[in-house]
Amino acid sequence: MVLEVNNVRKSFGQAQVLKGVDLRVEKGDVVAILGPSGSGKTTLLRCLNFLERADEGTLRFDGEEFRLGRMSKKDAARVRKKTAFVFQGYNLFLNKTALENVTEGLIVARGIPKAEAEELGRRALSKVGMAEHMDQYPSQLSGGQQQRVAIARAMAVEPEIIYFDEPTSALDPELTGEVLAVMRRLADEGMTMLVVTHELGFARTVSSQTVFMEGGVVVESGPSKKVFECPEEGRTRAFLQTGGLERKE
Amino acid sequence: MLENLFNSFPLLGILADSFPKILIPGLTVTIPLTAIAFSCAMLIAVAAAIVQFARVPVATQLCRFYIWIFRGTPLLVQLFVVFYGLPKVGVRIEPFPAAVIVFSLNEGAYCAETVRAALEAVPAGQLEAGLCAGLSYLQTMRRIVLPQAMRTAFPPLSNSLIAMVKDTSLAANITVVEMFRATEQINARVYEPLALYIEVGLIYLLFSTVLTWLQRVGERKLSAYESREG
Ligand SMILES: Nc1ncnc2c1ncn2[C@@H]1O[C@H](COP(=O)(O)OP(=O)(O)OP(=O)(O)O)[C@@H](O)[C@H]1O
Ligand SMILES: [Mg+2]
Repeated sequence: MVLEVNNVRKSFGQAQVLKGVDLRVEKGDVVAILGPSGSGKTTLLRCLNFLERADEGTLRFDGEEFRLGRMSKKDAARVRKKTAFVFQGYNLFLNKTALENVTEGLIVARGIPKAEAEELGRRALSKVGMAEHMDQYPSQLSGGQQQRVAIARAMAVEPEIIYFDEPTSALDPELTGEVLAVMRRLADEGMTMLVVTHELGFARTVSSQTVFMEGGVVVESGPSKKVFECPEEGRTRAFLQTGGLERKE
Repeated sequence: MLENLFNSFPLLGILADSFPKILIPGLTVTIPLTAIAFSCAMLIAVAAAIVQFARVPVATQLCRFYIWIFRGTPLLVQLFVVFYGLPKVGVRIEPFPAAVIVFSLNEGAYCAETVRAALEAVPAGQLEAGLCAGLSYLQTMRRIVLPQAMRTAFPPLSNSLIAMVKDTSLAANITVVEMFRATEQINARVYEPLALYIEVGLIYLLFSTVLTWLQRVGERKLSAYESREG
């Protein structure tokens, strides 16, 4: 088991966005989180990486247990070094080249010597097909290319798990394919991934587990094949039938 | 030949004679005063901006208070308080250091606001991505957020610097013999106010022009990661 969270709760003011979410991710799992807009998927991922402080909940990660509501800076930093996050809006460091984006976390956060980090960075970039763009700045890359660099940045640190928050939602349709292909390859290599997505095709074919969230709770979860082929809950079925397409563009 | 020219137009002689006497205090006082004070101001500004950006309790309030005071009172009054006022309570500061202190604090207050606004303008995702990459808050600020903010802040900060070169003439009032006071002293001897003050004005203009040119070069360098061509 890589990660287990229990009873994650989070409110913004009066609005309770997460109402006790449980989740378990095994090593090598690719877990897809589906759900309508506003169901709390992004908030859940952000709580897992402490970008948002949950009100309650426990996290078991890498053999340790943490209370999400009172995570110390030190613990948060320690856990973050073993995880990676791929954002919907890429969030590449705008003042760094593609290669520097990948090596930054290796050199600065993990103390890997520059030459070695650059070698790792080049290798990660060529895995996502971005080797020939490594000296370019984010502003010089297309959205799909930026997201592939972001994925290279995530995998270069060899994390226990990579969180993805709708990695293709900000992309033009013709660019989503290249990013999904990279993610598929990553999954095949055994990377543990927790992926919030609206791409039902990706969830169905790539993820091993699927979690369906609505209104701040997990409505249904299980092996993807089962969730997709015979969902137990009516709401899951309804969501899958509409193709999950109440997304805001 | 030049001698003849100066004899037939004595004013030219005065101007030529006074030029080095104004320029030298410019190079040895005005420019060092500006350079030292502006450097200190930048340190103050960045520190005060980050404190506010990170919403450090207490320190944020102290920064607000400091900025309120120094932006809300005239520079000349601040110079007088420090140089003529403080000796009353036993704090005697030499003219030049007194000017450095006041200009640093005054400029720091203005620039803190510039830098803070620039920090706020950096997309929040940059900080989050830094933290997620395993960098500490301060590492992310120093390596990711601040460099981007400084790019945004560079033009307004350059403006402040250019304004400051000219404002250092106020230090004349606390007996610092910088360019303007040097000009006044020459004028007291030869009484050519129009010519001499225009002359010193032109030297200020020269300094500002050089800085404006440096600003343009700096902006071109800094914009490397923004342009499509690199
Ligand atoms: N920082 C915030 N402050 C206040 N409300 C927030 C904040 N972040 C999220 N919310 C609210 O929490 C709810 C869940 O948001 P969240 O972004 O987690 O949904 P989501 O499932 O990721 O949706 P989408 O599919 O549209 O990305 C929404 O109603 C949203 O308005
Ligand atoms: Mg979301």
